[in-house]
Amino acid sequence: MTRHLAVFPGTRGKGIAGQSQAPDFSLPDLTGQKLDLSSYRGKVVLLDFWATWCDRCRDEIPHFVELQNKYGGQGLQIIGVSMDDGPEPVLEFYQRFKMNYPVVMGNAKTGELYGGVLGLPIAFLIGRDGRISAKHIGATDISVFEKEIKNVL
Amino acid sequence: MSLPIKFRPILLIFIFIFGTVAIALTSGVLAYQASLIPGSRLINPDDLVKILRSPNSTKPLMIQVGSHVLYTQAHIPGSEYIGPASSESGLQLLRKRVEPLPRNKLIVIYCGCCPWSHCPNVKPADDALKTMGFTNVKVLYISNNFGADWVEKGFPVAKGD
Repeated sequence: MTRHLAVFPGTRGKGIAGQSQAPDFSLPDLTGQKLDLSSYRGKVVLLDFWATWCDRCRDEIPHFVELQNKYGGQGLQIIGVSMDDGPEPVLEFYQRFKMNYPVVMGNAKTGELYGGVLGLPIAFLIGRDGRISAKHIGATDISVFEKEIKNVL
Repeated sequence: MSLPIKFRPILLIFIFIFGTVAIALTSGVLAYQASLIPGSRLINPDDLVKILRSPNSTKPLMIQVGSHVLYTQAHIPGSEYIGPASSESGLQLLRKRVEPLPRNKLIVIYCGCCPWSHCPNVKPADDALKTMGFTNVKVLYISNNFGADWVEKGFPVAKGD
């Protein structure tokens, strides 16, 4: 598996400079309820931009479920941002993979807020203070995520 | 130890079903691999940009066959959004769009959602156009993703629908 690990590698867009504040968003989850990123302030958030048709995204999901199980009690909250065109395949996928963290339906505006999500997957690790501490473009080994999460928990 | 004759047909049926499923699964996986598209059908971003910037060249019909959210953020100016060609609905829209066109029309399809070998969309789109008889189709070779291989290289970009 090719890995593209990058911590702020020439990121574009406002608000995505090193250690910058994670842009807030309010997006519908799979039940249509709004999820506000700001309501998770105080937790460590792993924000995962993904899509059901992206095989490398799909490969990461069981690992994220595992991380949520393992570190949720210590303050980790994983949030998936689906870049699918509609919620139907996401809901089916969510149930089939027994996902244990919220997934919202992303849009272009949110992608642009995060410097342009023009390739998947892309994940951001956000500290308890709301600042972005790492960005990963492409599939990333779970051990890398786990190490970074433990560092900021 | 040999199998009793009366069980042999059952064994043969089992082998047939298992083999069929295995082949189907393998074919399904391979069908998504953009890396199986022959090099002669590919076009590099640099070469496409030259065509787009040349005042005398015939402009291709450019079709994005990936996600709408990605298209809305950034796409090649003049290109059209069809939908993920990894889905049957996306393929149907693609077929409908190109059906009235002459079969020698230059068509460029692209996605850029994922690294080339993991893109689920361009190979089904290319296969569909080939099946329809289009003889002048090019697939834009995007090595990593549309952001890294097009936008960040300063090539022309449009936003919105």
